[in-house]
Amino acid sequence: MPDATFLDSTELVLNMGPQHPSTHGVLRVILKLDGEKVLGTDCVIGYLHRGVEKIAENRTYAQFNPYVDRMDYVAAISNGLGYCLAVEKLLNVEAPPRAQAVRVILTELNRIASHLLWLGTHALDIGAITPVFYCLREREEALKIFEKYCGARLTTHAFRIGGLLYETYDGFEKDVRDFCTMFLPKVDEYEELLTNNRIWVARLKDVGILSAEECKEYGVTGPVLRAAGVKWDLRKAQPYSGYEKYDFDIPTRQNGDTYDRYVVRMQEMRQSVRIMEQAVEGIPEGPIMGKVGKVIKPPVGEAYVSIEAPKGELGYYVVSDGATQPYRCRVRPPSFVNLQALDRMIRGGLVADVVAVIGTLDIVLGEIDR
Amino acid sequence: MADEQKPEGSQAAPPPAGEAAAPPAKPAAAAPKPAPPKPAAAARPAPPKPPATMAATPWESDLAHEIKERFGDRIVETSTYLGQNFIVVKPDTAIPAIEYLKLEADFDYLVDITAVDWPKRAERFDVVYIIYSFARNERVRIKTYIADGYKPETAVSVHLTANWLEREVFDMFGIEFDGHPDMRRILLPEEWQGYPLRKDYGILQQDDRWVRENLNIESGQ
Repeated sequence: MPDATFLDSTELVLNMGPQHPSTHGVLRVILKLDGEKVLGTDCVIGYLHRGVEKIAENRTYAQFNPYVDRMDYVAAISNGLGYCLAVEKLLNVEAPPRAQAVRVILTELNRIASHLLWLGTHALDIGAITPVFYCLREREEALKIFEKYCGARLTTHAFRIGGLLYETYDGFEKDVRDFCTMFLPKVDEYEELLTNNRIWVARLKDVGILSAEECKEYGVTGPVLRAAGVKWDLRKAQPYSGYEKYDFDIPTRQNGDTYDRYVVRMQEMRQSVRIMEQAVEGIPEGPIMGKVGKVIKPPVGEAYVSIEAPKGELGYYVVSDGATQPYRCRVRPPSFVNLQALDRMIRGGLVADVVAVIGTLDIVLGEIDR
Repeated sequence: MADEQKPEGSQAAPPPAGEAAAPPAKPAAAAPKPAPPKPAAAARPAPPKPPATMAATPWESDLAHEIKERFGDRIVETSTYLGQNFIVVKPDTAIPAIEYLKLEADFDYLVDITAVDWPKRAERFDVVYIIYSFARNERVRIKTYIADGYKPETAVSVHLTANWLEREVFDMFGIEFDGHPDMRRILLPEEWQGYPLRKDYGILQQDDRWVRENLNIESGQ
């Protein structure tokens, strides 16, 4: 923080949030301003802290499963997948192939739903009203598939430790295929609205730059890292749930600014469609539940399992002492780690860009505060 | 409803020290081990008891040898469990080891820092660092056992991301990191008393005084 402001004017401290629409939840950012220029920020978080990790220690492995949906509630299925994979690792079991294929389809569908909500609200923050209606329209179709599959739209509790509880419903494949064919032209439609839009480009280009080196220093993952040119995606680097079987690309960009992060996420949605199209073609027949006892009691040990959630690396570090409840269940939330880089991204920028940069980080406070 | 069954003797006690709930099914089979808290499987033919400690095997690799050579007896063990490698080091060696791995072995991404509370152990806390190397596509855990009150060195000087992660460990466990630039609570209010993820902090426990003074209610429950 510099000692003096420009022309020795008074440094202005501006409070943003926690009830500010563009902080996407209950994030409070204390901005230190020199006129229009941001000298520094301080994030105040924890307003949504529910002690999820403490709850985990007081519930059985199966009972804790629905709680993880309440962390990143716009991508609940990814949360559930990560948790189930972590406990399966401790139990040393694997979900059967059929369950894995259905998991991949639903998780990718959830990635699209999460990116759509991000796109709509991000554009709304910047001042474009139209995209949010379009995005929510298509997101609705994804949520309908979740609802038909497991009865819930948001906090789905779709997966179980060891596989799936529900068989797919009649017409599941058709619904997914229909979604895929319907969705790709819609992405073109969003791009038509935004990609070359002069206001959109002017507001996003060269704003909130985070280089690849800085990303690594801050542990930032997900689309933010890929927009900085690092071709790294856990689905490719350390495949889980059968992702190695599908053919897809990792979209990257070079500049690491807000516009590049937008482009990367748009391309990721297209790649998700590609994965879903492949997965839905050959869902293997067979059981949907692996060999998991009625009482889940992993042997003494520990495991760290992470997945590529829509926002970055989502990890679960689970410690078992041989009891029916986790001894310790640490969640490594991507949003929490990514938010830490906010200060680096907007220091020296303009106050109007703060909103754009918070939007581009795609944070969910339920996951940050846990 | 395959996995929705309640466990036997569904006890609500937070730490799994609930042996008192059910009498041991086969006293003869009960080995004289004090530590492992096993909720005794009721009147069924007792399944083979899980080992009381993690069944980790030694981790043999170039990296493991390299780090042992570099730090000698400061390395307590290099092991692998379920295909995941971890290194246990003496408390004062955690940061030098992480720095060494960053500079010499490309472990340039600090994934996470967390802790585990083992109240019955002399070195009460595990501090766990998870590091990853993009170049090698490899993840390693660095673990160290520290006593209550010991102040481990901060990792901020090596990885900037440690800042918030260590603040959260401090917030939840009360482990202060020496040399940390901003050792404040991060999720809980700053005046809050107690460290919730310690095992002696009950699930319904709260800072009553803080709740009364700040929320103007008697109890948050």
